[in-house]
Amino acid sequence: MNVIEVKNLSKIYNDSEVKVHAVQGIDLAIQEGEFTAIVGPSGCGKTTFLNMLGGLDQPTEGSIRVGETMVNDLKSSELIDFRLHNIGFVFQAYNLIPVLTAKENVEFIMQLQGKSKEERDKRAISLLTEVGLGDRVDARPSRLSGGQQQRVAVARALASKPKFVLADEPTANLDSTSTETLLDIMERLNREENITFIFSTHDARVVNKARRVIQLEDGKIIKDERKA
Amino acid sequence: MANSELKLAWRNIWRNKRRTLITVASIYFGVILSTLMTSMQNGTYSKMIDNVVSFYSGYVQIHHPDYWETKSIDDLFVPTDSLMEIVSGNKDVDMIIPRMESFALMSYGNNTKGGMLIGVDPPKENELTRLGHWVSKGKYLEPDDDGILMAVNLAKALNVQIGDTIALISQGYHGYSASGLFPLKGILEFPFPAMNNFGTYITLNKAREFFSALEMVTSLVLTVDDYDDVYPVKHHLEGSLGDNYSVMTWDEMDPVTKQMIEGDKGQGIIMKGILYILIGFGVFSTVIMMIAERRKELGVMVAVGMNKLKLAKVLFYETMLIGMVGVIAGFAMSVPLVWGLVNSPIPLTGEVAEVYEQFGMEPAIYFGNDPMVFWGQLLIVFAITLLVSIYPLSKILRLQVTKALRS
Repeated sequence: MNVIEVKNLSKIYNDSEVKVHAVQGIDLAIQEGEFTAIVGPSGCGKTTFLNMLGGLDQPTEGSIRVGETMVNDLKSSELIDFRLHNIGFVFQAYNLIPVLTAKENVEFIMQLQGKSKEERDKRAISLLTEVGLGDRVDARPSRLSGGQQQRVAVARALASKPKFVLADEPTANLDSTSTETLLDIMERLNREENITFIFSTHDARVVNKARRVIQLEDGKIIKDERKA
Repeated sequence: MANSELKLAWRNIWRNKRRTLITVASIYFGVILSTLMTSMQNGTYSKMIDNVVSFYSGYVQIHHPDYWETKSIDDLFVPTDSLMEIVSGNKDVDMIIPRMESFALMSYGNNTKGGMLIGVDPPKENELTRLGHWVSKGKYLEPDDDGILMAVNLAKALNVQIGDTIALISQGYHGYSASGLFPLKGILEFPFPAMNNFGTYITLNKAREFFSALEMVTSLVLTVDDYDDVYPVKHHLEGSLGDNYSVMTWDEMDPVTKQMIEGDKGQGIIMKGILYILIGFGVFSTVIMMIAERRKELGVMVAVGMNKLKLAKVLFYETMLIGMVGVIAGFAMSVPLVWGLVNSPIPLTGEVAEVYEQFGMEPAIYFGNDPMVFWGQLLIVFAITLLVSIYPLSKILRLQVTKALRS
């Protein structure tokens, strides 16, 4: 079953005098439970593509369907609500809220969704335990290592029970041990809970773990490979 | 959610403790300074008004409806029992002092001068205006006295001494001719030069005889328990007495003092305005920095699904909390400070003190503790923070998530 269907997706930036075709006519379908890496050199359009998939940026042309929803037809306020209930985000620089503890960061999303305190507590602790941080629930981000912060970010991304998780260069700031731990966690979540992950990455370790690798160049898909 | 937004805002303002403390301190000192300034102004005005009303006019006067325009001896009224019952029935009225005043020619030997002849109830008048305090030669009037008190310059112009008899001539009530002889009982020396030129005082009964206006008065001077009672008393009496009498407050009778106070208040407002503009910019710069350094974080919050209005609410709470912490701290210091100064005014010394004493005022700087002294500051800081909070609100509503994430 397709979680995401992208048709003829293009993005042209008009910021400078020269038009920049960041993404050009991409057609793509991502199925539930895929563990997909989007790779390519800097400036190939990975982040722009991911931003459009996540409803953070509007395409110039084409359409994105997530489940039954045409994402590019949604208004700005509807998009925020759509993201809250359908998409989990993991950022390169973790981007946790520094004044909240690990548990509060995970709870934050559920609080926005209007979940009860009891449900939030239970799920936040369960998710943090799942990513190996059951003993650090009350620690603020400044008291956690980069790898631990990124694991909290993964738990936060999963808190809303999203249809898929978008991870923009999630390992770029991590050392090899932290990267390995994080990838193992995400792979396990993908395998055991059928969570769909889409990464943009330069990291060969991520590419090795991915079961589908989509290679972009000049805003176009030049290779789409599924591993056995 | 509101609680968690408030909790988030509270934690956010303490991210950079030093900056928040500096901003809070600027509000704190601003509130204290502004409260003290307002309190001092109020105390000074209150004392000034007390001096004005206790020097002559009282807080409120009742006249014949035409008297204030004509100042004619024909526009008198009888303080009937029913009138006195209504006036004294007002719980805020403290004293009722009757007067009869009109112009008269005063003559001694070959010298003649015009002046104001004022008939008073000596004990009551002394209680309000401390008239006896200004007697520089001779004695103050007894209740059944036949004598006259005369302002010093007038006495000099007529070349009279204590015990000399002065001839007075004027127009009496409804065309009667008024004339009489009065021995000079005392000479008055007021601190205001203008008053030394024309004021003369006799007892009310003698004035009534002189003007052939038995049982009548030109005015009933009223004192009230508290300055705040002046306008309620006026409105009550106007409602009860109808068009048969005119009820005037001290500032209607003495608009110059009122204007002087208003002018001074205007200066105070400018000073406080400058103070609060500085505070406002202090808070504003903190808010600008708080937004600028958290742009990416704000972008992330919107990206993961936080409604922009909710986010704006958090930033609004942050601005308000900074303002509130400053105001509460400022209050905690200024309330006891003002109370202390109200109970122990700052004494003046040297030449300034002498000038104050010459004018019959106590040589001290007075402070007021009207609740508005405090509440006014709260309202102003609230208004400033409300104004400043427009900035984060507009920033959030215009936030472009992808740009913020790249920042």
